[in-house]
Amino acid sequence: MQVSLFVPCYVDTLFPETAIAMTRLLERLGLEVAFPQAQTCCGQMHFNTGYQREALDLARRFVDVFAGSETIVVPSASCCGMVREFYPYLAHQHDDVALATAVEEVAVRTFELSEFLVQQLDIEDVGAYYPHRVTYHPTCHSLRGISVGDAPLKLLRAVRGLELVPLGDAESCCGFGGTFAVKNTDTSTAMLTDKVANVVATRAEVCVAVDNSCLMQIGGGLSRGRTSIRTVHLAQILASTAEAAFGTTHVSV
Amino acid sequence: MSRFELPVVPFPQAAKVALADSQLRRNLNKATSTIRAKRKAVTEELPYWEELREAGRRIKQETMRNLDRYLLQLEEQVTAAGGTVHWAQNADEANELVTKLVRDAGATRAMKVKSLTTDEICLNDALQAAGVEAIETDLAELIIQLAGETSSHILVPAIHKNRAEIRELFIRTLGEPDLTDDPSDLTDAARRYLRKTFMDTTVGISGANFAVAETGTICVVESEGNGRMCLTLPKTLITVMGIEKVVPRWQHMEVFLQLLPRSSTGERMNPYTSFWTGVHNGDGPREFHLVLLDNGRTKVLEDEVGRDALHCIRCSACLNVCPVYERTGGHAYGSVYPGPIGAVLTPQLRELAAYDSLPYASTLCGACYDACPVKIDIPRLLVHLRGKVVVGRQRKGLRFDGEALAMRLAARAFASPKRYELAQALARVGQLPFVHDGVIEALPAYLRSWTVSRNLEAVPKQSFRQWWRSKK
Repeated sequence: MQVSLFVPCYVDTLFPETAIAMTRLLERLGLEVAFPQAQTCCGQMHFNTGYQREALDLARRFVDVFAGSETIVVPSASCCGMVREFYPYLAHQHDDVALATAVEEVAVRTFELSEFLVQQLDIEDVGAYYPHRVTYHPTCHSLRGISVGDAPLKLLRAVRGLELVPLGDAESCCGFGGTFAVKNTDTSTAMLTDKVANVVATRAEVCVAVDNSCLMQIGGGLSRGRTSIRTVHLAQILASTAEAAFGTTHVSV
Repeated sequence: MSRFELPVVPFPQAAKVALADSQLRRNLNKATSTIRAKRKAVTEELPYWEELREAGRRIKQETMRNLDRYLLQLEEQVTAAGGTVHWAQNADEANELVTKLVRDAGATRAMKVKSLTTDEICLNDALQAAGVEAIETDLAELIIQLAGETSSHILVPAIHKNRAEIRELFIRTLGEPDLTDDPSDLTDAARRYLRKTFMDTTVGISGANFAVAETGTICVVESEGNGRMCLTLPKTLITVMGIEKVVPRWQHMEVFLQLLPRSSTGERMNPYTSFWTGVHNGDGPREFHLVLLDNGRTKVLEDEVGRDALHCIRCSACLNVCPVYERTGGHAYGSVYPGPIGAVLTPQLRELAAYDSLPYASTLCGACYDACPVKIDIPRLLVHLRGKVVVGRQRKGLRFDGEALAMRLAARAFASPKRYELAQALARVGQLPFVHDGVIEALPAYLRSWTVSRNLEAVPKQSFRQWWRSKK
C-alpha cells in the first residue's frame, strides 16, 4: 500500500521531527511512503482568519497536488479537518464546481495519522517502545472536529514501557486557536495557564497530542513556566523503538 | 443611551478588563462548571438525545424556510383567539408600540417576565423615558436592574455576582438592613418586594420562548413562577417576540420542551411552563397583544449559512461550555447575546463592521456545536462571518493593514514551493537575533503577542522536505 504524506507547513518548518518520525513509523509498518514535493500549505490559517480567497487558491493547489495519491496521511487533525470539513464549504461559497468535485474525491482519502492506523489499518500495537511517564491532551479538532475518538489512546496504551497518566480537564481547549493566540492573547493565555497547571499536576515527563500547533502553545507555556515537561507529537512516540528513540531531545539551531 | 448604542469596545480589550477581575473569574468558573456537570448528566442519560437534537434542527430549518407562511398563520390564530397582533420592523417601532399599549391601559408601571428580546430593544429604557416604570420580576434580572448593570449570561443574567455581593445590593436598594447572605434569606427579601408589585400592577410584559403557528399558542418557560404571576395576574399582557420564535405545530413542543430544560438548567423538566392562547373570560388577562419583532432578523435570513443562528432557542449551553466565555464572562461581548451564539448573532442582527471582533472571539474548539440542542454549527458560522469581515474591510480599502499584508505575503509564498522554501530560509536567518539556547523568549511586532506568555522553539536547521531530499 502506498501512502502520501501531507506535511502541514508549520510541521515542515518548525517540527520536522514529527514528519520524520511519521515516515519512519509508516515505513516500519511496511507501507510505501511518498511525499509529493509540490505541496505547501492547506490554507487553514488564511481560512480561519477570514482570508477565503487566499485559502481557496491553496485548496485548489492541494487537490491538484494530491489528485494522484491513493491515500493521504496527515500528522494533524486540524489540517485534516480543513480538507474534509471546510474545503467543501469553500468550493460551495465560491461556486467552484471543479473544486467541489475534486474535494469530494480527495477528502475521503485523507486521514489523520492515528485514525489512519486504528481505523484504516486496524493496528493498535505499532511495536513502539517509549519508557516515559506520558499524559495525553486530546486536541479540539481531533476530539470534536474530525472525531478520532480514542484512537490515539489505543495506540498509546499499546506502547511498551509507556506509563499513561490521565490529564485533568483534558477535553478543554488549550487556547491556541491559530491567530486567536495573537489576536486574543490575554484570553488565550488564561486558557493556557489552566492547561499548563493540569499538565504539571500529572507529574508526567511528556505531554503528547496529535497536533503540533496545540503542542506549540502548551510547550510554549511549559517552557515559559520553566517546567521540565516536554511536548512531543504522537508520531514521535509511535516511531520510537528500543533501538531508535524519537522525541527525547529538541532539534535546535 | 441604550446599551446597543454604546461605543463598541473590541472584544480583546473588553476581555482584558474581565480577565483582570479575579473575583469575576472565580464566580464564573464555579457557576459554569456546576451547570456543565448537570447538563452533561441529563443529556447523556437520554438514549435518544442525538435524535432529539436532529429533530430540533430540522424543525427550525423548515420553519426558517417558510417563516412568512407560519407568521401569517400565527397572526390569524392569535387574532381568532381574541388577541391583537402588531408588527415591528425595528427596536424603535416595537418600543413605541409597547409604550402606547401601556399608556392605553392607563398604567404607569409594568411588570416584566425575563425576556432577552425586550433587553435587545432596550424596552425598559424606552418605557422609563416615557414615564413608565418597568419592574423586572425574574430574581436575577431584578438583581441586575437594582444594580444598574447589564446581563452577562442568557439564562443567569447575574452569573457574575456572588451572594455576598447580592446581599450588599439588597441591603442598599430594598431597605433590608438585617439580611444575611443565605440564598433563602435573599430570595425572601426579593419576594417581599415583588409581592407588592404583583398585586397592584395592571400590565404585564413578556417575551416568548415559542409560539405555535397552528394554534396561536404562546409559550414561556421559567423556573421561579414569577413569570406566571406576570402572565396571569394583570389585566393587559403584552408579549414581544422575535419572529424566529415561531414553531409550526403543537406537536413540535414535544421536542423543544425536552431539549430546552436539559440544555439550559440541566433539569429533566422545566419547573414552570406557561401556555396561553388569546384571552378568556374570567381567566387571565382581558387583553393580549403580541408584538412580532424583526429588528434585523430578515436580513440574517438572507445569508444561507449565517441564518442558522436564528435557530437558537436561548438555552445558553454554548456559553456554559465555552472556554472563552468561562474566562471573560458575558460583558466582554458587548451585547445581550454573549458567548458563542452572541458572537454569531450580534454581528448579524446589528452591523458586522461594528462588531467585527466578535467572530474572532473563539478558538473554534467546537464545544459549543457539541452542546447546542438544535445543532447550530457555531464554528462554521464564526469562520463564515470572519470571511465576511475580511471582504468588508477590503471593500473599505483596508487592504494594507499589517495582518492583510502578512496574509497576502504568506499566500504568495505558499503558491510556489520555491518561494515557500525561500521563506523558510528567511525565517531561519531572521530568527537568529532572538534565539538563545534554542529558544525564543521575545519576538517583535505582530509576533510579540505570542512571546508575551509563551516561548517558541527555534526554527530547526533542516526542514522536513530538506530531510526527505537528503534521505532519497
